[in-house]
Amino acid sequence: MAKLFAQIRIIAGALALAFVVATAMPVAAQQPSSVNPTAAAVKEQQLLQQLNKIEGRGTIPDVKSYVLEHPAGRAWREYHSVTLKWIGGIAIFGILALLTLYYLWHGTMRIEEGRSGRTMLRFNAFERFVHWLTAVSFVILAITGLNISFGRSLILPWLGPSAFSEWSEWAKFSHNYLSFAFMIGLVLMFLMWVARNLPSYTDFVWFKNGGGMFGGKEPPAEKFNGGEKLIFWISTFGGGGVIVTGFVLLFPFYGTTVANMELAEIVHSVVAVLYVSAMFVHIYMGTIGVEGAFEAMADGHVDVNWAKERHSIWYEEETQGGAAAPGQAMRPAE
Amino acid sequence: MARMKFLCDADRCIECNACVTACKNENEVPWGINRRRVVTLNDGKPGERSISMACMHCTDAPCAAVCPVNCFYTTADAVVLHSKDLCIGCGYCFYACPFGAPQYPKVTNFGSRGKMDKCTFCAGGPEEDNSKEEYEKYGSNRLAEGKLPLCAEMCSTKSLLAGDGDVIAQIYKERVEKRGYGSGAWGWQTAYRESIAT
Repeated sequence: MAKLFAQIRIIAGALALAFVVATAMPVAAQQPSSVNPTAAAVKEQQLLQQLNKIEGRGTIPDVKSYVLEHPAGRAWREYHSVTLKWIGGIAIFGILALLTLYYLWHGTMRIEEGRSGRTMLRFNAFERFVHWLTAVSFVILAITGLNISFGRSLILPWLGPSAFSEWSEWAKFSHNYLSFAFMIGLVLMFLMWVARNLPSYTDFVWFKNGGGMFGGKEPPAEKFNGGEKLIFWISTFGGGGVIVTGFVLLFPFYGTTVANMELAEIVHSVVAVLYVSAMFVHIYMGTIGVEGAFEAMADGHVDVNWAKERHSIWYEEETQGGAAAPGQAMRPAE
Repeated sequence: MARMKFLCDADRCIECNACVTACKNENEVPWGINRRRVVTLNDGKPGERSISMACMHCTDAPCAAVCPVNCFYTTADAVVLHSKDLCIGCGYCFYACPFGAPQYPKVTNFGSRGKMDKCTFCAGGPEEDNSKEEYEKYGSNRLAEGKLPLCAEMCSTKSLLAGDGDVIAQIYKERVEKRGYGSGAWGWQTAYRESIAT
């Protein structure tokens, strides 16, 4: 009997021990292992340093709104308000100053022999159409584009807020729609004239002699001289640059992020102001800079002496074939 | 003079979007425009934090600096507002804003955007205070009635605070001291060039 009680006590004791251990184990298992949510929370400065922006998830369809913070917007603001004004100001006013000084010093480049009274065809109707399509669109695009960047400083004080906003709104729409006319013109211009604008040794010599602009006779030149070829390629690449970035700006957030849009705006504005500065030189040359030049684009015909002096190689090409048919290449001035 | 600011306590925000709903209702904000939104970081993971974000009314506001028609102005309470009459919808303010506050009603048609709309700190716009025109264009003007923005008033956990910068900074500091943790005043360094020492 005592042995039985002893056995029961042992079994009861073992069961009790097992019970205590069994209930204690799960309690130990419920202790958190190594996760501390508060310590695992992100900090603002840490995220900004890692990624330069903070992005999470939201519940509305506008995905752009999931970016909580992107301080790069401040860098872009610095570029747009300060840097661009310097670049644009120096480029545009600098070029205008240089052109003015050059004109005061040298004056118009005259036809040395004087006009002969006989003219020849330089640009046909299609060439003139493409040039003017591009040129007129360019001028309006340049004015309206510069208005966005510089209008606030230069024009707003004169017009006052309401009138300036009206003008700027019209300017914005013109800029957006005329860009297509400019694009078509530029593409046609490239296809039409690229063959005539490939650089050659003649151009190297032309540049070496300063194009005859700084004393001396104008060196021989093809249909387009070295300077004109330079303008062609500046137009192609400058125009191409503003067109590509312009498309990105015209269709905002179609696959681009805010950072992409900021970059597109930076490239578009820098290329545009440099392109405008270069075009001032072209416009100067084509109007008051060179006697007998404007009529080439106005009605397509140029004086024969002008052609002999300015584009001697082209003149030879035209009149060699013209020796067989003189009536076609040359005709008396009307 | 009070210097108005927003502070969202990320450790208290439960992403209920009451602030978003209150703003949309009070200001009759059109479809597709979200003046205020809640962004959740590390969604579903330990340390998930949500922050309610609208316009922070920055010191030296970048939006005002880049606007081509200078349509922004800052009130005496340092609230950054703008004129929809002058706005030409160019989109530059959105590029410059570190918080993505400006919103545009039109999304198509060569990005012509329409007139920019954003959080006004419930302070209306340049029209006459509490007039019908002001309400139609900019939403309610609670500040002129001596009230604070509705988003902060409706916040279910009082995580979103709005009001004088010194006052709400003090409230936040006391909270952090009492509970022992705080992830900081999100956006303050970028918007106001200051942070709250906790």
